[in-house]
Amino acid sequence: MTRLGLLAAGFKRHRLRLLLTGLSIVVAFLLFGVLVAVRQAFAAGVSVAGRDRLVVRHRISIIQLLPESYEAEMEKLPGVVDATPASWFGGIYQDPKNFFGQFPVKPEEYLRMYPEFRLPPEQKAAWLATRTGAVAGRKLADRFHWKVGTRIPIQPTIWIPKKDSSWQFDLVGIYDGAQKETDTSRFLFRQDYFEENRRFASGMIGWYYIRVADPKRAAAVAQSIDDHFTNSSAETKTETEGAFAQGFANQMGNIGAIVTAILSAVFFTILLVAGNTMAQTVRERTQELGVLKALGFSNAEVLAMVLGESCLLAGTAGLIGLGLGFALAAGGDPTGGYLPNFMFPAKDLLLGAALILLLGVAAGALPALQAMRLRTVDALRRE
Amino acid sequence: MFRWFSQVAALTLFNLKTLPQRLGSVAAAVVGMAGVVAVLVGVLSIQQGFRRTMAVSGAPDVALVLRGGSDGEMTSILGRDDVRLIAEGPGLARDSTGALASPELFVIINLPKKSTGTDANVPMRGVTPAAFGVHDQVKLVEGRRFEWGRNEVIVGRAAQGQFRGLDVGSQLHLGQNVWTVVGAFTADGGLPESEIWTDAAVLQPAYRRGNSFQSLKAKLVSAGSFQRFKDALTADPRLNVKVQRETEFYAGQSRALTAIVTILGLIIGILMGLGAVFGALNTMYTAVAARSREIATLRALGFRSSPVLLSVIAESIALAALGGAVGALGAWLAFDGYQAATMNWQSFSQVAFAFRVGPALLLLGLFYALALGLVGGLFPAIRAARLPVATALRE
Amino acid sequence: MTVSMSHPSLVPVTAGHSATLARVRGVAKDFRRGAEVVHVLRGLDLEVPRGEFLALMGPSGSGKSTLLNLLGGLDRPSAGSVEVGGEQIDRLSERALARWRARHVGLVFQFYNLLPVLSAAKNVELPLLLTPLSRAQRKRQVATALALVELEHRAGHLPRQLSGGEQQRVGIARAIVTDPTLILADEPTGDLDRKTGDGILDLLSALSRDHGKTVVMVTHDPHAAGRAGRVLHMVDGQLSTEMAA
Repeated sequence: MTRLGLLAAGFKRHRLRLLLTGLSIVVAFLLFGVLVAVRQAFAAGVSVAGRDRLVVRHRISIIQLLPESYEAEMEKLPGVVDATPASWFGGIYQDPKNFFGQFPVKPEEYLRMYPEFRLPPEQKAAWLATRTGAVAGRKLADRFHWKVGTRIPIQPTIWIPKKDSSWQFDLVGIYDGAQKETDTSRFLFRQDYFEENRRFASGMIGWYYIRVADPKRAAAVAQSIDDHFTNSSAETKTETEGAFAQGFANQMGNIGAIVTAILSAVFFTILLVAGNTMAQTVRERTQELGVLKALGFSNAEVLAMVLGESCLLAGTAGLIGLGLGFALAAGGDPTGGYLPNFMFPAKDLLLGAALILLLGVAAGALPALQAMRLRTVDALRRE
Repeated sequence: MFRWFSQVAALTLFNLKTLPQRLGSVAAAVVGMAGVVAVLVGVLSIQQGFRRTMAVSGAPDVALVLRGGSDGEMTSILGRDDVRLIAEGPGLARDSTGALASPELFVIINLPKKSTGTDANVPMRGVTPAAFGVHDQVKLVEGRRFEWGRNEVIVGRAAQGQFRGLDVGSQLHLGQNVWTVVGAFTADGGLPESEIWTDAAVLQPAYRRGNSFQSLKAKLVSAGSFQRFKDALTADPRLNVKVQRETEFYAGQSRALTAIVTILGLIIGILMGLGAVFGALNTMYTAVAARSREIATLRALGFRSSPVLLSVIAESIALAALGGAVGALGAWLAFDGYQAATMNWQSFSQVAFAFRVGPALLLLGLFYALALGLVGGLFPAIRAARLPVATALRE
Repeated sequence: MTVSMSHPSLVPVTAGHSATLARVRGVAKDFRRGAEVVHVLRGLDLEVPRGEFLALMGPSGSGKSTLLNLLGGLDRPSAGSVEVGGEQIDRLSERALARWRARHVGLVFQFYNLLPVLSAAKNVELPLLLTPLSRAQRKRQVATALALVELEHRAGHLPRQLSGGEQQRVGIARAIVTDPTLILADEPTGDLDRKTGDGILDLLSALSRDHGKTVVMVTHDPHAAGRAGRVLHMVDGQLSTEMAA
C-alpha cells in the first residue's frame, strides 16, 4: 500500500453513501451544463457579433422596410467599406413549429460580409448559377436532414409569390461556422429571386449590414449614416451588430436572466446537500484521523489525505456531470428552433472545473480543520 | 391494530425527537427540498403567468378574423370591402353605433425599455369606435380617450411600466409624426395592456396602409353563435378569411414562450428531482445508519418490523413536507405577481406579464416534495427493517 | 502460545544505551472542563528503565491514561519535563513530535483503533508509510510483525472479520512494526475475556523479556497488572509507593 492506496481505501467506506453523493454531484454539474447553455442561448448572438459590422434598420420600427437604393448611398459615405441588404421572409416549412430564420440576400456581398460563414467554392458557384438556389447553415441542415440537392418548399405568410402557392428552393450549399458559436441556423436565398417573385413592396428590403473600415470609429460612422437619412421618407437607426443583438437579447432578456438565476439557486442547493454529506463523512472519521495522528502522521498529512479524498470524489463526479452536460447541450436546441444558440461555451468548462475544485476543498477542508483542532487524545476517545 | 398504530406513532415521535442531534444533515435535506420545490414552482409560474395573460386577453364570445392562411395579425391584410362584408355576418352583437365589429391595424414601433435603455418592439394598434365595445375589459384609468382624427394615443398600463416616455402628457416622435399620450388604460392584465392604441384612420396614412386593416374582432351575441358566424364567412366566395375564437387565437400565440419554458421546466424538474432523490436517500440512509443501534434495540425489545419501516418513511415525508412547504411559500412570496416582459414571437413585440403562483401550482410543488420524500425514505426504511438485530446491535 | 525469538529486525537491547529510557520530572497536567480547571497530574516524577514491563494501576480519573499520553507525546504537560530515549519530547514542535512518535513509540489501545477499511496487513503497514522504507522492505517488516503475533494466516482479513483478540494482536503488530523502543498499552485487555487477554499479556511480556522493548501498560485489572515486572499505583494525579509484582 502507498499513500495513494490509503486514500483509495477510504472510498470503500460507506459505498452507498458515496454513490449517492457522487450522483448528486453529477446531477448538479449536469444542471450546470444546462444553465450555461441556457444563458448562452439567451445571449443570442451578442458574442459572435462582428466588431466591424453595423446594422441599419428603419428608425420607427424594425418591421418597416427600407429602400434598396440606400445601399449605393451608404457605400459612398466615409468609413463605410461595404453594405448589403437582408430581409425577413418569415415563411413556414411544413409546420409552424419548425421555426427558423429565412433571409433573401445578395450572395457574393453577404458572404463577404460574413467571412465566418464557410461555404465551399463549388457550392458558392452553384448558388450564383441557380436562381432558386438556397444555402443553409450546418445546424439547420442537420436538424431537417437536408442534403445538397434537396428541394425545399416554404409556405409564405407575408410574401405571397406571383406564381404557385408556395416558394420552391433548391438547396445548393451548406455553410459551416468558423467557430463553435457561429450561427449556422440561417436559411439564405437570392434577393433577385425574392424581388421578381413577390407581389408587393418592390424595391424595398428589411435592413442593411454595413462593414466599417475602423471598428473604433463604428459609433461615429453609425451616426453619420443616420444623419444622412434624417428627414427622408425612411429614417434609419444604425448601431453595431453587437448592440443590435443585445437589444434583441434584452427583449427576451428578463426570462433568460431569471432562468439563469433559478438554475444557479438549484445548483448551489444540490451542492450544499452533497457538500454537507461529504463533510459529515469526514466528521464521522474523527476517531480514525486521531489514530493516524497518534501513529505519527502530521496535521498537514492528515489534512492532505482528507482533502485528497473529497477532491477526488468531487472531481470524478463533477467531471462526469460536466461531460454529460456538455453532451446534452451538444444535442442542440431542446425547444425545436426557438433557442438556436443553445450550447455549452468552452470557457464555461473552466468555470465548471473551478466550482468542482471549490466543492472538493470546501467539503473536505472545513470539517477536516475542525477535526484537526481536536487534541489527538480526544479524537481517539470518540466513538 | 391500535397497538400497531401506536407503535408507528411512538417510533416516529422518537425519530423526530432525535432530530436536534442530526441538525446539520436534517437542515441540509430540508433546504435542499425547499430549493427544489421553489425552483419548480418558480419556473412553472412563468408559464402560468404568461398563459394567464393570454387567456385573459381573449373572450370566448369574440371572434377574430384574419386573412386566410395568416399566422397572426402581422402577416394578415383585410381590405375595406372585406371589413364591410364581415361586419354583415350573422350572430354579431350590436349597440347604438351598429354591429360590434372592430377592424384593427397592427404595427410595431421602437421605444427604449426602462430596464435596459435599449430599444424594444412595442405594439401599436389602430382602432375604430367599435373597438371599445368589443374589448369591454379595456378601462381608462388615467387621462382621457384619444379624440378621433387627432394624433393622440392611449397607452396600456403595462406598456407604461415597461417603456420610457409613455407618461400621460408626453409626446412620441415617430418619423415625421408626433403623437401625444392622453390617457392610460387597463385590460384585466391581458395583452392589450402592453399596447398603444390610436385612431386607425390616423395610423393608416402614417404607415401608408391606404384603407386596409389587418384583423377584425367581432363580438358575438353569444359564445354559441360562433359556428354560425364562422360558417357564413368561410362559405362566402368573396372572402378568403380565417375565423377563430379570440381565446383560441391567443392560446396559439403563446406557442414559443410556452415551448421554451415548458421544455426547460421539464429538464430542470427532472434533473432537480433526481438530485433531490439522491440527496434525500443520502440523508435518510445516514439517519438510519446513525441510529441503527437504537432501531435494533427497539426491535429487540419487541417493536415489529413494519412500524419501524413506516416510521422511517414517515420521517422522510415529514422532512420533505416541511422543505416543500418552505419552498412553496418562498416561491409564492418571491415570484407571485413579479412583473416581467418578454418577446411574443407571434406578434414580434414585447408582452408584459406577471409571474403567477396559483394554488394548483403550490399543490403540485407540495406533491412533488412528498413524492420525493416517499422515494427517499423507502429504501432506507426497508434496509432498517431488514437488518438483523444482532448485527445492528454490534455496530 | 510460543514466541519465536529469531526475528532479525527486532534486535534485543544492546549495551551502550542508557539504562533509563524515560524520565518524567515534576510533571503536572491541567484540563479545562467547562468553567473549572481540573488538575489531573500534580508534580509527578517517574523513571522507567529500559526493557521494563511497567503497569500503571488506579481508579478512573486518577490520571494514569494521561500519564501514558504524556509518555507517548500524545499530549503536552502543563508543567515539568518529559524525556524519552534522551529526547526532551515536551520541547518538540507538533510536526517533530509526530515524527518522533512514528519512529519511537508503539501504541496499543483498548478498542484496537484499527482502520475498518484496511486489511490486517495494511493496518500493520500504516506506520511504515511514514518511513523511507521501500515497498518490499515494508512488506517484509509487516510479515515479521504478523508472524510474531501469529496472525500471518489472517493478514488479508478486514477488522470486522476478526475476533476481538485477533484485532488486538493486529494492534500489537502495528505497534511493533517500526521497531520502536517504547510500547504504550492503554487497557489492552479491557475488552477481552480472560483467556484471550492472557494471550495478549504473554505477547507484551515477551516483547519486554525477549526483545528488550520497554512496555508501559495502563490497567485497572490486578490480574493483568500481575504480569508486569513493576506495578505503580496512581491516586489523584500522584504516584504512590510501588508494590512488588
